[in-house]
Amino acid sequence: MALLESTPGAERDRRSGTGGTALAISVDRRLRLFNRCCVGVLLAFALLWLVPLAWALDTSLKPNAETTDPTWLIENPTLLSYRTVLAQSDILNWYLSSFVTSALAALGTVLTASMAAYALSRLRFRYRRVVFWLVLCGLMIPNQVLIVPQFRELGSVHLLNTWWAVFLPQVPTAIAVFIFKQFFDGIPRDLDEAARMDGAGFFRTYRQVVMPLSRPAVSAVAIFSFVWSWNNLLWPLLAVTDPELMTIPVGLATIQGTYGIRYADTMASAILGALPLVLVFLLFQRRIVEGIAGTGLKG
Amino acid sequence: MATTISAPDQIRTEPGSPPSGGADHRTRQGRPALLFLAPFLALYLLFIVGPALYGLVMSFFHTSLVRPGLGEFAGLDNYAEALGSSDFWWALWHTVWFTILTTPPLVVLALVFALLAERVRRGRWFFRLAYFLPYVLPSAVVALIWQWIYTPELGLLSRTVDAFGATAPNWLGDPNWAMVSLAITTVWWTLGFNFVLYLAGLQDVPRDLYEASAIDGAGPWQQIRRITLPLLARTTTLVVVLQVIASLKVFDQMYIMTSGGPNFSTRSALQYVFDVGFTDYRTGYAAAASTLFFLLVLAVSAVWLVMTRRQESEV
Repeated sequence: MALLESTPGAERDRRSGTGGTALAISVDRRLRLFNRCCVGVLLAFALLWLVPLAWALDTSLKPNAETTDPTWLIENPTLLSYRTVLAQSDILNWYLSSFVTSALAALGTVLTASMAAYALSRLRFRYRRVVFWLVLCGLMIPNQVLIVPQFRELGSVHLLNTWWAVFLPQVPTAIAVFIFKQFFDGIPRDLDEAARMDGAGFFRTYRQVVMPLSRPAVSAVAIFSFVWSWNNLLWPLLAVTDPELMTIPVGLATIQGTYGIRYADTMASAILGALPLVLVFLLFQRRIVEGIAGTGLKG
Repeated sequence: MATTISAPDQIRTEPGSPPSGGADHRTRQGRPALLFLAPFLALYLLFIVGPALYGLVMSFFHTSLVRPGLGEFAGLDNYAEALGSSDFWWALWHTVWFTILTTPPLVVLALVFALLAERVRRGRWFFRLAYFLPYVLPSAVVALIWQWIYTPELGLLSRTVDAFGATAPNWLGDPNWAMVSLAITTVWWTLGFNFVLYLAGLQDVPRDLYEASAIDGAGPWQQIRRITLPLLARTTTLVVVLQVIASLKVFDQMYIMTSGGPNFSTRSALQYVFDVGFTDYRTGYAAAASTLFFLLVLAVSAVWLVMTRRQESEV
């Protein structure tokens, strides 16, 4: 909408134009003005987008009693709420659970999916097509419709309430196989042929030739499975009921409301829950964005 | 199935080069292939294919969460009950309503922001940060923050609305507003993903097209309408379909922020499955409801594949 408002100037230029350098300069100036308007609108929205997070941080630094003051100003800044949350909740255990299960899920996904993709991309075997279609069908099944049978399955082998139950079902990821396969297909075969000539087996070719060349795919899959696993709520909510084994999202979901009107404490727990992934994001910003743009997700 | 699924261009049945050997080659590579595939396939069969089939079987039985085994055979009873249950249809409607509320802003705003960001030379990282950061936050964190913002009278949003002289509604507590409030939160939370998809799509628009049209005297608005938008058609299809599927699968926001309330006005399809399966212990019935929900998602995916095909044949 903002776009519409800022265009008429440029539009008029075009209509009245008869050619010549004077016009070119004026068009150029108009265009720059237009671009500046674009930046202004975008900046306004970007700041608006940051308001909720800024407000949460702001609230968390106030004493509980002062959170209901309608001001951004923090008169008595304090970290008391953070201390309360760290002392009173199991949040440190939840960090550990989230970290262990997400790291194992990411590692498992990268290893199993890349190996399967290597076979599909490089090896000839009889049931290749069958396997390919079987994995393709997995793309169509939303994990959420599997929770009921998965819960019974893991219950029957007494794995509920363990980290195994949280991360194992998140390891097989059909989309990761396709991301790797697509990437491997783009690596020239001459390279692994050369390695094979030198006497390297398939596994060595996979580990020492193909995988090192696939860093972008590896990091995209690793980061995304880590983030998805970290943010998964529905499955860990069912798989784990022991407060000490809960992941961050499940833990935060169960304590919501326990702080009542102690808004500073609530916001401190939200900020603490957000912190690890904010760090992951700041560290890997480029890779995450390139991962979305450059792997199988682009249309 | 086979013909429809092959549509997305990133997925090709055949890799780059043709098989180099004949039957002899196949048998020699069969064993290593099996070893490479085994870890993935084992977990895949155990946790995806197995549960999918188990769930399908279960949906034809009166399976209970608290009893072992499948229980009594039910035939199509579970399906008939779900299709005849007003609760099920309401949950489905809430999910569709949420999808209708979230998809247009999530697609249009992402497109507009990406178009604007394309014109920015410096500091693009800042916009990416601002729009994409919320996407990596866990739903529980998002819920806690927005519950505070939506708090009646004390919350930031209520205060802002009051400051303009209007009366703020009881955002999450009013059945007429609860879903809208959840939609606003969701737009804030997930817009960044679509934004980045659009930014990527924009990178594929050839520069020289803009230059050529600028020489012909086309203004920015004309360029956007005549060049950018048509060339983004495929990205838009992808964004819309991914968004519709993601919105249909909504669970977290409702579960944490409203528990499906007030008065069940925000109970989503997945929460219905969760409630009947894990609160009422009716696993078989929940599996039947999941299967019906799966068919809905499948139908949306099928529409996408048909549309992508058509776009491909047009190009």
